[in-house]
Amino acid sequence: MLASIFSLNVIQTALELGCIYALVALALFISYSTLNIADLSTDGCFILGCAVACRVAQTGHPLLALPAAMVAGVLSGFITAFLQTRLGVESIMAGIIVNTGLYTVNLAVMGFASNLSLLKADTLFTLGKQLLSPVLGSWYALAIAAAFVAVACALVVLFLGTRLGLSIRATGDNAEMVRASSINPAFTITVGLCVSGSLTALSGGLLAQYQKSADINTGTGMVTIALASLIIGETLLGRGGRAGMVRRVFGVVVGSCLYRFVVAVALRFNVPAAAMKLVSAIIVAVAISAPTIRQRVAFEKRRRAAKAARAAKTGKEAV
Amino acid sequence: MLQLLNIHKTFNPGTVNEKKALNGVSLDLAAGDFATIVGSNGAGKSTLFTAITGGFIPDEGSVILDGEDLTFLPEYRRSKTIGHLFQDPLRGTAPHMTIEENLALAYLRAGTHQNAFFSRISRADKERFREHLALLDMGLEDRMKQPVGLLSGGQRQALTLLMATLVTPKLLLLDEHTAALDPATAEKVLELTKSIVAEKKITCLMVTHNMHQALTLGNRTLMMDSGRIVFDVKGDERRGMTVDDLLEKFRQNAGQALDNDRILLSKAEG
Repeated sequence: MLASIFSLNVIQTALELGCIYALVALALFISYSTLNIADLSTDGCFILGCAVACRVAQTGHPLLALPAAMVAGVLSGFITAFLQTRLGVESIMAGIIVNTGLYTVNLAVMGFASNLSLLKADTLFTLGKQLLSPVLGSWYALAIAAAFVAVACALVVLFLGTRLGLSIRATGDNAEMVRASSINPAFTITVGLCVSGSLTALSGGLLAQYQKSADINTGTGMVTIALASLIIGETLLGRGGRAGMVRRVFGVVVGSCLYRFVVAVALRFNVPAAAMKLVSAIIVAVAISAPTIRQRVAFEKRRRAAKAARAAKTGKEAV
Repeated sequence: MLQLLNIHKTFNPGTVNEKKALNGVSLDLAAGDFATIVGSNGAGKSTLFTAITGGFIPDEGSVILDGEDLTFLPEYRRSKTIGHLFQDPLRGTAPHMTIEENLALAYLRAGTHQNAFFSRISRADKERFREHLALLDMGLEDRMKQPVGLLSGGQRQALTLLMATLVTPKLLLLDEHTAALDPATAEKVLELTKSIVAEKKITCLMVTHNMHQALTLGNRTLMMDSGRIVFDVKGDERRGMTVDDLLEKFRQNAGQALDNDRILLSKAEG
């Protein structure tokens, strides 16, 4: 039983999916952890990436499919940013509005079908299989996904170290100070959300090619799942200013892989696939509330200890 | 250097909360002037600063700095030439970013780096930051990789001062920037302010509640009441003034005594 849970196959699949979904977590690392904006357009943006990549790959251009998906993601991020920086829409509302609108847009991209198939078309992974499997065997898919994540992580780390990247980080930390440094926070938010949108859509584009299909419902709950990965990573590898940027970004990938592993194990225990969203929600809720719970437990412990000490003392005096 | 022409600003017009914050403020500040501003709470001192930095656009009047009309320029564009320090030492820095990163952002105000969005902090930059930090004499030059959130209020205010003047501004606005610090630290930050302002010959406006400071710092004293500048003194007349004279002036101009404890206490100190 245990051997089958931790079989190589399960680990391999978890790592592959973990790497692909790590890009969404990386997107949230920029919008949520760095800019301090809860971008709820993530779900729609992810399917947009799936849909666009599918359509382009169907025409026989699986490589072109990824930049196309990213451009679509940039547009989605730009609209979300435009609503909140120029039109005074609250950031959460902006995300919800764009997410709702994207549903129709995504259906339209998919030719008003609720799913698209890539079974007959070449994908990045079928091409990669031909090229890499003589050397890597069944690990070719992981190699492709890992390569994308490694490049994306490196670019994000490099980008956040530039002056523009610093301005984006400062916007989430102290927008007033950004303004005082002659930078327009509206501009930094726009750039940040465009970058995050492109990463989300790239993830969608990769997943569509990996699974050889796009479905209008695959993105539902993506925000929660990505947040879970992000939080697992931050809990394990440190957060805030204390941990270096490389370590934090690496943590995001680790978190995403671990999350996929948890899901794989759950599925092995015959948890129905439909229950996974609830499992995700519980993981996120527990992960986010963990620090508070830990604090409360520590507080209760100290209070009990103090009470017991006092009782012991008064007991002695009574004797 | 700075010209304010008949600035009016009313908050919440037409409601019960209507407040005439600025009521025709005009001011002509020469290059290199260092003016202190006194006045009781609600006199419009901070609002005046916000009008200059672009936090709001005045209902009437205009703001001209070094011949350039700033009246309708957004805040982030004005900050290229205007430095602004607040009483709260937390407002001017990004706590989760390192000292070095904060300084790098402040350095963006230098025109040369305006378009270098993808440039990174270079070794030369670090060396320059280290030299500037050493001048603060707080040991910050050896903590450049630490997040600013770990610094004390005084250290953060000194850093903010450095950031505001790293690229020499045309105008520096100090809004009681030492009021939240302990006396020794306040003294130190004030000394730093004096030396930086004198060295770089920055035109400066400073709000203070310390009457003694108001008369001894800089070369000009302004007094505000009900959104107006009610008293403006410089030169020999200022040199001959005592704290009591200043308080008396206030009584005459505002038609009331200063009601602020802090002012009365600082009078006792002075």
